[in-house]
Amino acid sequence: MQIDLSARDATKKFGEFTAVDRVSFDVRQGEFFSILGPSGCGKTTLLRMIAGFIEPTHGTIHIRGNDMAGISPNRRPVNLIFQQLALFPMMSVEQNIAFGLQRRREQKVDIRKKVEAILERVDLPGFGRKKIDQLSGGQKQRVAIARCLVLNPTVLLLDEPLGALDLKLREQMKVELKKLQHQVGTTFIYITHDQSEALVMSDHVAVMNMGKFEQIDTPQNLYNKPSTPFVARFVGENNAWSGTVLKESDAFVEVKTDEGLVFKTKAKERFSLGQRVDLFLRPEAMLIQPDISLGGLNRFRVVVNSILFDGANSQLLASPLNSRREIIIALPQNRQYDYIEVGDTVDIGWDTNSGICFQHHETAS
Amino acid sequence: MRLPRNHPIPWTLVCFLTPVILWLFLLIVLPHIDLLLMSLRREDATGATSWSIANYLLFFKEPIYWLTFVRTAIYSIIVTFLTFVIALPVAFYITKVAAFRFQGFLTMLLLLPFWVSELVRVYGWMILLRESGIVNHFLLRFGILERPVEMLYNDATMVMGLVYTSMLFMVIPLISVLENLDDSLIEAAYDLGGTMWSIVFRIIIPHAVPGIVAGSIVVFMLTLGNYLTPNLLGGKNSLWFTEQIYNQFIASFNWNQGSAFGFLLLVLSSLVVWAGLKLSGQKLSRVMK
Repeated sequence: MQIDLSARDATKKFGEFTAVDRVSFDVRQGEFFSILGPSGCGKTTLLRMIAGFIEPTHGTIHIRGNDMAGISPNRRPVNLIFQQLALFPMMSVEQNIAFGLQRRREQKVDIRKKVEAILERVDLPGFGRKKIDQLSGGQKQRVAIARCLVLNPTVLLLDEPLGALDLKLREQMKVELKKLQHQVGTTFIYITHDQSEALVMSDHVAVMNMGKFEQIDTPQNLYNKPSTPFVARFVGENNAWSGTVLKESDAFVEVKTDEGLVFKTKAKERFSLGQRVDLFLRPEAMLIQPDISLGGLNRFRVVVNSILFDGANSQLLASPLNSRREIIIALPQNRQYDYIEVGDTVDIGWDTNSGICFQHHETAS
Repeated sequence: MRLPRNHPIPWTLVCFLTPVILWLFLLIVLPHIDLLLMSLRREDATGATSWSIANYLLFFKEPIYWLTFVRTAIYSIIVTFLTFVIALPVAFYITKVAAFRFQGFLTMLLLLPFWVSELVRVYGWMILLRESGIVNHFLLRFGILERPVEMLYNDATMVMGLVYTSMLFMVIPLISVLENLDDSLIEAAYDLGGTMWSIVFRIIIPHAVPGIVAGSIVVFMLTLGNYLTPNLLGGKNSLWFTEQIYNQFIASFNWNQGSAFGFLLLVLSSLVVWAGLKLSGQKLSRVMK
């Protein structure tokens, strides 16, 4: 498989501050690659380095094997879809899309054909004559995509383009964008702080924090096998307990949490006895009132503090008995748990395979 | 139209509008009506006046008058264009390139020359450019010239002086439109393969059109009606139309002829502004916001 984009130790410093710190990754041809991270993690800086607006302080960026050092944005085979889309309001839809082709001095007839074809592709046939301010949010989105795709870039960069849309439209565009990418086969690099966007659309996701990549993996692995505590916290919801190691055997450890609960769980690495660890557990890994006959479960009891009803994402906020810490438990809406009320005490059980343990980090508490 | 009986008189509105209406009427409408009437009257040898369009006919019969008129119009358009060409990069630098904390300082630098009167500024130029002036002094000192050259009293110097005088009135409206230009539009154009020129002509200028038109109207009118700068920097042969008006009023004491010339200048400036608005597809009310 051909590598479209390859970064080696890409670093950007602004004075003393390191925005992007020795980032290396490869993106294969036709891949939908996302960079996921909280705001201020350096993802926009990284994207702007790929687009050519910022020169890296060290390190290299290669596109299809060509070193991009010193090549200005207008001569790179990449195009960027801006967060605010940056459609030209003084031009019609047609002129917006034709802008890049005209810069390449293509024939007028070819330009018209290509513009029509790409408008068809993004489901906006006949919109060529419209003004930008006559379009809805979703239509603007598609024009911005068409304006870049018509140039047939090697890599299309997207800087949180769905951020400005309302929730319903965002959900719809997510699916459309994924479909479109699959059809055209262009390599997409998508940056976002919204983990659901990254997980739904991507083939691979890089989780970025403080200028570094924490993990590059498939969405499934990021969720199920996070390799750092940051990824465990940032991707999806997680309950975290700090505790000490009581016992260690093969791939399992027994952890005594600071509240005094004892859990047996999978170990990510080897720990020594008495070592401080952080234990992460997904809300949906916890079973409410598990059958007494089920084996291999960690069991404890909680008092329900509140019930957050949100359709399929409904949750219980609860505290383990004799403890003030609050944990989140997924509440399946299959009518089975309708009897639960605030103040009830319920049994909770979770499979020893579903938790994950990391060495304790001071910052992670 | 029938007003409701119990409608109260809007005193606040009356208070605010009265000075404006008085100002417009007494200082603009009345003098112009008088000017128009005067331009249509002719004094014969005995001092008796009668209605006549002879003042306007003289303008077309005497080539020196209408040639000066055309020359003034063309030079004013050239000055407006040159001012725009210089002001656009200046405004762009101030709004997009300079660090935010220097923007106010740079605008202040532009404003600074306007703290002294136009007369003093023009004399400043004369000190620099005259035969025994500073520029000649240094050119002689460094052996670039063998004998001093008179740099005043030619068209180029006059145009330069007029551009200098008008700069601020072009830069300020350009700054205000360019401030609203989203930086990402420029970046997007650059990313899509745009070069500096295509970005200037396809993105920056189309966006700045209202500011360009507003600045051009002000600069054009100021230049067309300027008397001091063409007279001092261009000298006696500057042939600016305002000088013809001055001559009629003051030198020939022919107020009727002078009024006719004044009216023609008003018609000319209105026509050029109208044509400019038509060409750029702008509306006066929108541009002057």
